[in-house]
Amino acid sequence: MLKYVARRLSIMVGIVFVISIGSFYLLHLLPGDPASVILGLGNTPAARAALYHQLGLDKPVYDQYFIWIGHILSGHLGDSFISHTSIASTIRAALPIDLELIGLSQVLAFGVAIPMAMRSARKPDGALDRLLGAGSFTLLSIPPFIIIVLLVLLFSIKWGIPNTGPASYVSFTTDWIANLESLALPAFTLAIGSFVVYYRVLRSDLISTLQEEFITMARSKGLSQRRIMWIHAFRPSSVALCGTAGVNIGGLLAGGFVVQYLLQIPGLGYTLIAAINTSDYLLVQDIVLVVSVGVVLINFFFDFTVNLIDPRISRE
Amino acid sequence: MSEIAGAELLFEDPVKRDRLGPLFWICLGWLGLNVFGAIFANVLPLHDPLYGDFNTINAHPSLHHLFGTDDLGRDIFSRVVYGSRISIAVGTGAMVIGFGVGAPLGMLAAYRRGRFDSILTAFMYILLAFPAIVAVIAVLSFWTPRSMFKIIIVIGLASIPLVYRVIRTATMAVATKDYIVAAKVQGATDRRILMKELLPNIAPIGISFLLIGIATVVTLEGALAFLGLSVNPPTPSWGNMINEARTVLAQNPWLVFFPSLALCLFLLCLNFIGDRLRSHFDVTEAKL
Repeated sequence: MLKYVARRLSIMVGIVFVISIGSFYLLHLLPGDPASVILGLGNTPAARAALYHQLGLDKPVYDQYFIWIGHILSGHLGDSFISHTSIASTIRAALPIDLELIGLSQVLAFGVAIPMAMRSARKPDGALDRLLGAGSFTLLSIPPFIIIVLLVLLFSIKWGIPNTGPASYVSFTTDWIANLESLALPAFTLAIGSFVVYYRVLRSDLISTLQEEFITMARSKGLSQRRIMWIHAFRPSSVALCGTAGVNIGGLLAGGFVVQYLLQIPGLGYTLIAAINTSDYLLVQDIVLVVSVGVVLINFFFDFTVNLIDPRISRE
Repeated sequence: MSEIAGAELLFEDPVKRDRLGPLFWICLGWLGLNVFGAIFANVLPLHDPLYGDFNTINAHPSLHHLFGTDDLGRDIFSRVVYGSRISIAVGTGAMVIGFGVGAPLGMLAAYRRGRFDSILTAFMYILLAFPAIVAVIAVLSFWTPRSMFKIIIVIGLASIPLVYRVIRTATMAVATKDYIVAAKVQGATDRRILMKELLPNIAPIGISFLLIGIATVVTLEGALAFLGLSVNPPTPSWGNMINEARTVLAQNPWLVFFPSLALCLFLLCLNFIGDRLRSHFDVTEAKL
């Protein structure tokens, strides 16, 4: 177990290293002289000198990398040359919103997918199973940016429900009820995509688990259907579910960017798109790094969970 | 589900089991229609998708403008038809790159095994840990100015590890079969085994994954266009039409409805055909 975790950790460190090189190299994709592109309109000699010092642009590329990674590891992300605000505080303000949004959507998705999958698995090919199968397949083909537009059209424009339209985000500390209202539609949108995937994966695993002999044994002991489902069948069937949840985070991000962009919710996704549109390349670079590393960490967490559910995996 | 193994096979009509069903052909027909429209958009009798007639802005659907007009008086029907070009071109283009590089590498790695396989696979799995969507957005935001070709290249490259993994796993399942061993014993060349024995047997999996891959790329391009990171307006694409429509959502819901419908139907057909083919050739996800 410890050995397994150590091995996974070392792989993760390797991946984070590769990600950092990738993010660092992004600046060198810019056409022409990066300094003048980064500075934009504020291309004064003083700002130029400050930027050269901050990025070490007069030094060889590998020195630039170590300067950059040193700044990041010590938490000094510097200031944006476009908005003249601290990059670190911008990211710190935006990140909790993404976490809340993703957290809410996942609670919704798991909360609906698990009971639904259990219902379907009880009678495969029954009426409910077929209905959910066709329904989830259709939902699979509707991209999040269409779902959110339709929801906004219905809820905030047609029915005029407060705090649900664009630019009506309320922070959690101001008013937590309004905050939940303003995140309801985006969280629901993200939840739909996750629900479809979780439902399908858990359903097929439950169906095969329910055919195992230990389930027949439990049935013959006269245990209740609910007890068999939750205590006996759920745990062995949830390994693939956890693995899928980890992979799904990448898709959630894309959906998250889209809903934040439409509703102007100031999370990392919205900040990222805004930074791209104002050519704030240093901010873009740091957000890319933070988001990528975040995804890898979440993946690691789910890997670890899978291992808790089925300890045999770490012994292989 | 059945108590006795093989009971289903005994009692099921083998001819019935092999049918793809009418829905499959309807979906295929719809996709064909979309591709036809995309290729011949400038020959077909359509309005100019860029010409704005300011006398008829935000018109409802009518015989003259089948899907109505947008806030600049442009014909939505012809914009939807022209918009399919971007989606179809990006979807197929990116998958051509992904399969062109990922599939031969995956087949070779699964067939050769050894050090070549382990190094390549480890490398691909590291790439897979990358959140591809973030990488795509990051590269597209720095690699300016954006064009369709850059989008195809970036998404295509990002899809290589995924294609590699699927094809490698599929090939591994076939490569250990007796007829491959028999071919080797008979002294068949590696080239012959790869092209004549392995390729036809993994083709069904490849094709169904290709279709689902195209659907994924089309969705991704739609999201990029929605975020304003795909081809620049006024060139219509389904994603940027939906993006432009959101500003006049209250006045003209048709504007968002038609491109959304076109995109969803296209994706639904691709997913359905891919799924149908997969179960037709009896490829379960567990085997992948």
